[in-house]
Amino acid sequence: MDRVPILKIGTTLFVSIQIDLQDESVVRLQEDLADELAATGARGVIIDITAVEIVDSFIGRMLAMIGSISRLFDAETVLVGMRPAVAITLTELGLSLRGVRTALNAEKGLELLNGRA
Amino acid sequence: MDKVPIRTGDDVVRVRQQVRVVAAKTGLSLVDQTKVVTAASELARNALVHGGGGLARVEVVTSALGKSGVRIGFTDEGPGIADVDLALTDGWSSGVGLGLGLSGARRLVDEFELTSKPGSGTSVVVVKWSR
Repeated sequence: MDRVPILKIGTTLFVSIQIDLQDESVVRLQEDLADELAATGARGVIIDITAVEIVDSFIGRMLAMIGSISRLFDAETVLVGMRPAVAITLTELGLSLRGVRTALNAEKGLELLNGRA
Repeated sequence: MDKVPIRTGDDVVRVRQQVRVVAAKTGLSLVDQTKVVTAASELARNALVHGGGGLARVEVVTSALGKSGVRIGFTDEGPGIADVDLALTDGWSSGVGLGLGLSGARRLVDEFELTSKPGSGTSVVVVKWSR
């Protein structure tokens, strides 16, 4: 199973998913992020899915859960770089990804986190 | 026809990759490729999680009107589905997910046929046509 690396820059955790996600990798990412949030006190999480070709209901649910978990550590999650075809497919699938904010790209995601009250 | 056994989470990824290759060859648009790959991912996971593993068959098909498409058949030898109509309802879940896998997969493809009987496994065949 491949693991997704987590980078800490300032008070933000950056995750860029560059692998074809299998279920175990997403579950592992969720656990690793919770550990990192607890250990670092980071205030924000940016998950870059530019390279992700599909988000199905399981992966989508896990991403939404990462948003909920982050909130319990007083951190906000921003999902960035979603491909247009993925957005259309997710919507038709019926997944709304409540609990995570989205931004066009990593730069805009960071602005969103920095601008929060 | 390409056969991909579904025994592990890695195999679900392999099914997605195989469907992507065939869908691209068939001439499906990027959005339609993404839809059929996503549907295949849901169904492959179902075969793994609920069916205890199974097999995916991926092939190119041609319609009576000469359109080409990708057809994927999934079979498992699992416990089967007692109430197929219920299982295809949005939000109905056997307990592990959101209940969007099966119903969502059906929305993402053009043809969807599910056959299942308790005790004799489940078979799902889906087709996505190029436009």
